[in-house]
Amino acid sequence: MSEWLVHPGLVLVLGAFALPWLHGGARSAAVLALPLAALVCLWQLPEGARWQTAWLGYELAPLSVDKLSRLFATIFALMACGGGLFALRQTSRLEIPAAYVYAGSAIGVALAGDLVTVFVFWELMAVGSTLVLWSAGTKTAWAASRRYVMIHLLGGVVLFAGVTGHLLDAGDAAFVRMAPDSVAHWLILIGFLINAGAPPLSAWLPDAYPEASWSGTVFLSAFTTKTAVYVLLRGFPGTEFLVWIGLFMVFYGIVYALLENDMRRILAYSIVNQVGFMIAGIGIGTEMALNGAAAHAFTHIVYKALLLMSAGAVLAATGRRKCSELGGLFHSMPLTTICGTIGALAISSFPLTSGFVSKSMVTQAAIDGHLTWVWLALAAASAGVFLHAGIKFPWFVFFQKDSGLRPGDPPASMRWAMIAFAFLCIALGVWPEPLYRLLPYAVDYVPYTAAHVLTQLQLLLFSGLAFFAMLPWLKRTPTLTLDVDWLWRRPLPALARAAARNFGRLRDGAAVRAGSLAGRVSAGLRRHREPDGLFLRSWPTGGMALWTMTMLLAWLVLYYLP
Amino acid sequence: MKPHWLDEPRNVKRLWRLFLAVLAATVLAELAVALHPHFEVEALFGFHAWYGFLACAAMILVAKGLGLLLKRPDTYYEGDGDE
Repeated sequence: MSEWLVHPGLVLVLGAFALPWLHGGARSAAVLALPLAALVCLWQLPEGARWQTAWLGYELAPLSVDKLSRLFATIFALMACGGGLFALRQTSRLEIPAAYVYAGSAIGVALAGDLVTVFVFWELMAVGSTLVLWSAGTKTAWAASRRYVMIHLLGGVVLFAGVTGHLLDAGDAAFVRMAPDSVAHWLILIGFLINAGAPPLSAWLPDAYPEASWSGTVFLSAFTTKTAVYVLLRGFPGTEFLVWIGLFMVFYGIVYALLENDMRRILAYSIVNQVGFMIAGIGIGTEMALNGAAAHAFTHIVYKALLLMSAGAVLAATGRRKCSELGGLFHSMPLTTICGTIGALAISSFPLTSGFVSKSMVTQAAIDGHLTWVWLALAAASAGVFLHAGIKFPWFVFFQKDSGLRPGDPPASMRWAMIAFAFLCIALGVWPEPLYRLLPYAVDYVPYTAAHVLTQLQLLLFSGLAFFAMLPWLKRTPTLTLDVDWLWRRPLPALARAAARNFGRLRDGAAVRAGSLAGRVSAGLRRHREPDGLFLRSWPTGGMALWTMTMLLAWLVLYYLP
Repeated sequence: MKPHWLDEPRNVKRLWRLFLAVLAATVLAELAVALHPHFEVEALFGFHAWYGFLACAAMILVAKGLGLLLKRPDTYYEGDGDE
C-alpha cells in the first residue's frame, strides 16, 4: 500500500489559514469540510507510529495512532465540525480559523508519539485558544485573554522544563507511561494538570471561558481540558493522588457553580467538575476506570458543547448572561430549551443519555476496587452535578420567574448544530456499543441493569427534590464569588506596581549615580586620549628604553626569587 | 397571547404531584428490584434517595457558607486594568 498519509491535525491547522480568503458559501462549505476531511484522514491511518524522524539525537514520532489517540482525535474533529456549524454566523472572521488551529493542535497532541511533539502542539493550542478568546473583541475578553495566556505560558514553561529533564534522564523522547518519581516527571505532571483545570490554579478556566463570544466558549470548552485528560490517561494512569485531585475538582466545581450567577460561568465551573470525574478515574487506574475516563471525556465534549450552544443562543439573542436577568425563555425559544435540557440531562447522567453510560464506568471502578469513600464521594458528586448543572442551569435560564424577554430560537445553522449534538447525547446513551468499541480496553460492562437505573434515578430525582425544597437558598443575586484568580487580579498586580514604583525610584537614583560615574570615567578617558593624554602623546625613545630596561631587570629579579 | 400551559399555577401544582409520585415510586420499586448492594451502607432502605438528598442539602449549605465569605457585587473587578 502506498503511504498516502496526511496528518489530520495539520489539515485543520493549515486549512484554517485558507479560511480568511474565502467568502460566502465557499467559506461555509470549507468550515464544515475541513473537520470532516480531518476525520477521514484520521480513520485512514493504520495503528502504529509514522513520520519517524531523528531530532538532536532523539527519535520523534509525530504521528502515532492507537485506540486511545484515535478516540480523542475523533471527538476533537467532530467537535470542530459541530462548533464550526454553530459559529457559521459569527461576524468575527478570526474566530473560526483560530478555533481550527486550536482544534487541529489538540488533534496533534492526541496523535503525538513523543513528548517534543506534545509540547509543540500544546503551545500551539495556547495560541489558538487565546486568539479565540480575543476574537470576542470586548474589553473584558481582552483582559481575560491576557490572564489566560499568562497561566498557559506558565504551564508551558513547567511542561518544557519537565520534558527537557525527561529527555536528559531517559535519553528517549517517546511519550510512554510515567510515574511521579523524579523532578522532571513531577514538572510534566504539573504542566498537564494546569491545563486540566486542577487546583490550585483552576480559576483560570471559569475566569476566561465565559468572556469569549457566544460561539467562542463552545470551542474553548472542548479542547484544552480534554487534551490534558488525554495526556494524563497516557502518561500517568494509576497515579493515586490523582484520585484526590479529581475529587477536589468535582466538589470545587459544584460549590462554585451553585454560587454563580453568570450562566456560562456556571457551565465553566461544571467543566472543572466533570474533568474531576475523569481525573479521579485516571487515578483509580484500572482498565474499567481508564475506559470510563476516556468515554466520559468523549461524551462530556458533546453535552458540554450542547449546553454552551444553548447558552450561546440565549446570549446571542438577548445579550444577557446573568441568571438574575434571564428566565421564562421557554416561551419563545422552545428548541433551545429542549436542546439545553437534553444537555443538562446528559451531564447529570440520566438513564438513556450519554453521561449515564460513561460516568458510571468510573463509579463501577470504585466499586470494583472496594474504594468505599471514593465511591461515596463520587455518588454525592453525581447528585451535585444534577443540582448545579442539570437543574440550576435550565431552571434559571429557561424557566423560573418570567423575565418578559421573548427572543426567538436562533438561526438555522445554530439550530442544526444543537439538534445534531442533542441527537448524539441521546444516541450514545441508547446505543453505547459503538462508543464502547472505540475505548482503549475491551469493555466488560453493562450500564443498563434494573438496579443501576433505579439507584441512579433515586439519586438524581431526590437531588431535584433538594433543589426545589431549598430554592430560596439558591436565589440568584447579582454577585460574583472570589476565586483563586483574585490573587493574580488584585494583590499580585498591586505588588508588581509597587515593585515597579520602587524599582523606578531605585533606578532613577542609580541612574543619577551611574550618570555621574560615567561622566567622570568618560572625562578621564578623554583626558588620557587627547593629543597630550597618557595614551596618545608621543613618548621619547629614551623613556621607552628606560621602561624596557626596568621590566627586564624586574624579570631577572623575579627569575632568581625562590 | 394565550398563556403557556406551564404558566398556569394549576398545572404547576399537577407537575409537583406527579414529581412526588415518581419520587415515591422510585423508592418503593426497591421492594421489587434486587439492588445487589456493593457496600454495607448501600443496603439501607432507600439509600440512594436519602443520600442524594442529604448530599445536595450539604453542598448547598457549604456553598451558602462560602458565599458569606467570598461573595462580592458583580462590579467588583470593573475598572481593573484601566491604568
